[in-house]
Parts: sequence; C-alpha cells; structure tokens
Amino acid sequence: MTLTVTDLCIARAGVPVLQGLSFGVAPGQALVLRGPNGIGKTTLLRTIAGLQPPLSGYILVDDQAVAYAGHADGIKSTLTVGENLGFWAQVFGTNKVADAVSGFNLAALVSRPAAQLSAGQKRRLGLARLLVSGRAIWALDEPTVSLDSAAVQMFAHAIAAHLAKGGSALIATHVDLGLQAATLDLTPYRAKATAGFGAFDGGLE
Amino acid sequence: MIALLIRDLRLAVRAGGGFGMGLSFYLLIAVLVPLGVGPDPAVLARIAPGILWVGALLSCLLSLDRLFALDFEDGSLDLLATAPIPLEGVVLVKAVAHWIVTGVPLVLAAPLLGVLLNLGAQGYVWLVVSLALGTPALSMIGAFGAALTVGVRRGGLLLGLLVLPMYLPTLIFGAEVVKRAAAGLAVATPLALLSGITAAALALLPFAAAAALRINLR
Repeated sequence: MTLTVTDLCIARAGVPVLQGLSFGVAPGQALVLRGPNGIGKTTLLRTIAGLQPPLSGYILVDDQAVAYAGHADGIKSTLTVGENLGFWAQVFGTNKVADAVSGFNLAALVSRPAAQLSAGQKRRLGLARLLVSGRAIWALDEPTVSLDSAAVQMFAHAIAAHLAKGGSALIATHVDLGLQAATLDLTPYRAKATAGFGAFDGGLE
Repeated sequence: MIALLIRDLRLAVRAGGGFGMGLSFYLLIAVLVPLGVGPDPAVLARIAPGILWVGALLSCLLSLDRLFALDFEDGSLDLLATAPIPLEGVVLVKAVAHWIVTGVPLVLAAPLLGVLLNLGAQGYVWLVVSLALGTPALSMIGAFGAALTVGVRRGGLLLGLLVLPMYLPTLIFGAEVVKRAAAGLAVATPLALLSGITAAALALLPFAAAAALRINLR
C-alpha cells in the first residue's frame, strides 16, 4: 500500500500553510516530517488521514489504510485499559489486543481505569491502539510526547516491527527514533503569504 | 457499531449523572408544578399533558451538549471519523444510546408523574405511547444540534437555541395526543403526525449531523 502525495496544497483554518508538496512512502518505509512549529505538520497528517480536504493536489491512498494518532489519544478515562483497546479492536474488526498489550508493556495495567494512568502510560495506550487497528499506514503526530526513554525504545521497536511486516509510517517528530527513515523538511514548502494565493477564498470554502 | 453502543452505555453508567440527571429533572418539574399552580384537580388535569411533555423535552435537552463534545475533546471523534464505520452510523448509534439513557427512563417514569398531575384516566396509555414514539425524535434532533455546535466552547446555550425550534412539532403533536386521549377523543391524527416526524428525523438527520461533524473536524 503506497502513499503518494502530488503537488499538495493544504490550509489550516482557511489559510494555506504548505504548497507544492510531493512525496511518496512505499511499504516498509518510514518518512519523518520535520519543520518549525506552525509549518503545518499536524494539518498535513490530518489531511492524509482524510479528516480535512486539501486545497489542491492529490493524495493517492486507500483511506481505509491510514491509522491516525494525533495529540489527543482518544482514551475514555472511565473505561479500563483493556476495555479501551477492546473497543477499538471491535471497531476496526481485529483481534490484536494481546499483541498491543505486550507490544507496549501494558499487561500490568489492563484492568486499571484509564483515569489512573500517568501521561506517559496514556500515551502508550494511545499508541497501542495503532497496533490494534491493524492498518498499514500510520500517520503519527508527535508520538513520543511524554514518553520516557525506555518507552521511546519500545515505540521505535514497534515501528520497526510494523515496517518489517510491510507497513509504512509517516511521523512528525523531533526525537531521533534510530530508524532507517528518510527525513522530509517541510520548511521549503511553506505557502507564500500573499493575498493573491487564495488566502481569502480559502477562508470561505 | 454495536461496540460503540455498548461503550456509550457503559460510559453513561460509569460516569453517573447520565441516567439520573434527566430523570431527576423531570421529577422536579412534575413535583414543583402542582405546588406552584395550586391543588385544584381540574386545573392540574387540564395542564398535565402539556407539563408532562414540556418536562420530557427539557430533560432530554439537559444532557445533549455532552453527546459529541466529550468525544471531540479527548480526540475519540477524530479516531471514529477515520475508523471503518460510517460517520452517519456513529451519529445514529450515539443518538440511540442517548435515547436509551435519557428517553427510556422518561417514558417509564411518565405515568407515575401523571398521577401527581391528576392526568385523566384514559390518558396514561397514550402518554406512554406518545413519549415512546416522540422521544427518539428528541434524541435524534438533539444529536444534529450537538453535531452543529461540537467545536463551540460552552455551546450549551447555542445548542438549546438551535434545537428548541426543531423540537416544537414533536412537542405540539405529542402533547396533543395526550390531551385528546385524556378528554376521550380520537388520537389517530396527532399520533400519525408525531410518528411521521420521528421517522423523518431518524431517516434524514444522521446524514445532516454527519456532514456537520465532518465540517467541524476540519
């Protein structure tokens, strides 16, 4: 399942942030997105996940293949860790809860309500959902926030295993995960801040 | 989608409030109105159908603003929108869960509260029937309103203003059913109109609400 992006222009709140962006991610590959705050990393990942339409350009991908993990983990604090994962397993129609629990070392926490987890443990639960989803392309937005170094290793290991199985990943991060991954700096693609380029029309769309 | 229904019901039970709030509000209205209006049985019997329906409507409104807002804040809504179930289905399931948590207890409690308001003897069966047919529309219309206001902080007031006008047909025909039944008249016409509104809401509004959610998620 290859992800191909051609001449993409995307906007946040109607203002273009990135333009002329083209890249591809083949199965077994990861692409690390870098760039200063506000460059549009989150917007790019949300666009690829299908949560918002691009202004112009093409994204060639099966929209049932992308698993998105954003800043919020989508964890219900009154459910236990096991119930949270079990719910997503049922939604995605998989039975990989056990894999996810062992992959992110959550076994001791399975029957604990998610409200009692620390920030790092919540993050691990949020990332474990990726394994549960069974999807091929992971779109990850700052996945290592609030993880300790051991958990970052665990996460890098999970990504490597995912890539080895023919999956791919698109990661916006500033942490070196020790992956054999290409890096794409988004700075040169910053949209020109001219009123001529749809700045106003984009706001009305 | 069944998993989502089970999750929502479980959340409602665990978080408390969900089941109790609407029901206790309904109870308060039904207890306070006779105290405020006075004990004249004839007056109470005349206003009972209207009060019972207005109370049910306001109780439904009480918990609506949390329908999508909680999932929006913790990121679940993003994940549900990218999940393999259609967003229309998500909306419908969440409206059904809201109805089970809020609407069904109201339907069951209504006859009891009818006694407090001296509702005419023939009215009880039709009170339950009209609420059972009408409250699903209240939940579905409310889900549409909640989808429209999901990105708005403290959108409760806006939600109320948006939803109340859309609730009016349900309220008018629902109360009319009970009024006519209590007076011993035929109820077929308002009952058919009430059912029609519910059927239309369930058929059309999931699509409208899903479209509103997609826009709000951008």
